[in-house]
Amino acid sequence: MKRRIGFLSWALLFGYAFLYVPIALLVVFSFNESRLVTVWSGFSTKWYAELLHNDALLSAAGLSFQVAAVSATLSVLLGTCAGLALTRFGRFRGRTLFGGMITAPLVMPEVITGLSLLLLFVAMEQWLGWPDGRGVTTITIAHTTFTMSYVAVVIQSRLAGMDGSLEEAAMDLGARPAKVFFVITLPLIAPALVAGWLLAFTLSLDDVVVASFVSGPGSTTLPMVIFSSVKFGISPQINALATLMVLVVATGIFIASIVMARQDRQRKRDEQMAIQNG
Amino acid sequence: MRTVVAILVSGLSRIGLWGRGVVVAVPYLWLLLFFMVPFLIVFGISFSESIIAQPPYSSLVEWLRDEDAGTSKLQILLNISNYFRLGGDDLYILAYLNSLRIAAVTTLMCLAIGYPMAYAIAKADPARRGPLMMLVILPFWTSFLIRIYAWIGILKGNGVISNLLEWVGITSGPVEILYSDWAVYIGMTYCYLPFMVLPLYSTLEKMDPSLLEAAADLGSRPLKSFLSITLPLSLPGIVAGSLLVFIPAVGEFVTPELLGGPDTLMIGRVLWNEFFANRDWPVASAVAIALLLVLVIPIMIFQHVQGKQAEAGR
Repeated sequence: MKRRIGFLSWALLFGYAFLYVPIALLVVFSFNESRLVTVWSGFSTKWYAELLHNDALLSAAGLSFQVAAVSATLSVLLGTCAGLALTRFGRFRGRTLFGGMITAPLVMPEVITGLSLLLLFVAMEQWLGWPDGRGVTTITIAHTTFTMSYVAVVIQSRLAGMDGSLEEAAMDLGARPAKVFFVITLPLIAPALVAGWLLAFTLSLDDVVVASFVSGPGSTTLPMVIFSSVKFGISPQINALATLMVLVVATGIFIASIVMARQDRQRKRDEQMAIQNG
Repeated sequence: MRTVVAILVSGLSRIGLWGRGVVVAVPYLWLLLFFMVPFLIVFGISFSESIIAQPPYSSLVEWLRDEDAGTSKLQILLNISNYFRLGGDDLYILAYLNSLRIAAVTTLMCLAIGYPMAYAIAKADPARRGPLMMLVILPFWTSFLIRIYAWIGILKGNGVISNLLEWVGITSGPVEILYSDWAVYIGMTYCYLPFMVLPLYSTLEKMDPSLLEAAADLGSRPLKSFLSITLPLSLPGIVAGSLLVFIPAVGEFVTPELLGGPDTLMIGRVLWNEFFANRDWPVASAVAIALLLVLVIPIMIFQHVQGKQAEAGR
């Protein structure tokens, strides 16, 4: 029995090393003085300074944040509707097709999503005159389409795991469906909404393939800039950028886990009080 | 703020059932327009001909009017040569087989690393499971491109692994792993590992430990208990995780482009080149349709598994 636990600990250690050593090396070499990313020659922060003067990269980052924020918001709205429809509305006409269309983008190869959306935009422009060329709007629509599936799945699992009796009780007491949703369901699924928004934001900020298909001249996103510079080899500036991204993610997760832990404690305390009073 | 919500609520309450229709209709129409219709267009264009124009494909349907006879006819031209090209050219067939092989190896590698991890986390102290799982998911939140990029510095000649091997004395010169199939396996395993661990963990965690205790009491060895109890019970997780890795891996573009060599042909890369380098939209569409045909069975299995899990969760 003892030996098996030993094997599992090693497996876990190997797995975490596999996941984190590459990222750690990336961070370490962002402070390397030499342009040769893998040979250490002294501590320097000059690549961060250079990064701040790289205008093409900064404007691409601005565009990416804008697209990610708008598409994440849209996909939370659409994904919440979809999640509600799939868990709370029972059977309705076309439910099977709807369920299929919601889960398919999760596993759809990005090249197909990108190509098909581009062909749609070209055809629409030909027939309807809209969208006029490709750019921020088309990237936002494309990102909303593939991220809303992720949001829908997150919300759907939250709704499915949730006790429906509160909603039923409100309904029995005469509250209309919309009121039940805004007063009861929405506060209960709020953590899933936040998680879904963050997931959609991250996925949008990460996408290079779909954006390459549906972007036009003058609308280059951050991943597209990183991709083209990485294709020509490694550059310490990308290491510096990666370090900043890791820092932002780590801070975000840290804050989120503190907030969640606090809410959890609060909820436990409330439940305790309710039990004592009742 | 409260009054705004109150007005919203009372306004929406009046809409009643009609509002319910809207809740379904809005995402439904969005998906029909931006997910379903694009596929039909891709399917259509895969039967057209590549021409030098804007957009660069011929129209399938043409309305021909004969002025002399005073008649009109509708002409529909379907060009199936794109598909013949896919079946007749070794390049495409090789790319398909390569994609399937690389995706299969990636799935097996994810399973080999991910299963022991998921098992160890599921067996850990309940209070530590959350943070341990968090550590598995955390890299997923950092950019996919950045994670692939990290491996370039590790795998290239004179990179971290090469220098390490030389320093230990195993090799005497730089070792180049980058730009090979192995680099692609490692990079893809690295990126997809969380997708394997998540479903595996959720099935293993739900497993009743008393089953193993009963088996041990009856004299079963740990290995036998694992093979005859744990493994079969975790099968849904294995299937879900494998599909979550395999399906996107078949159509992968970024990893083979950045880590693979020029002969690491994968179907996603072929599609990309047909579209961007050759500007042959009809052939790119035919490649997309053929890729989808390969994936249709795994995708259907995945949806079936997803549906079952959603049912079970209710």
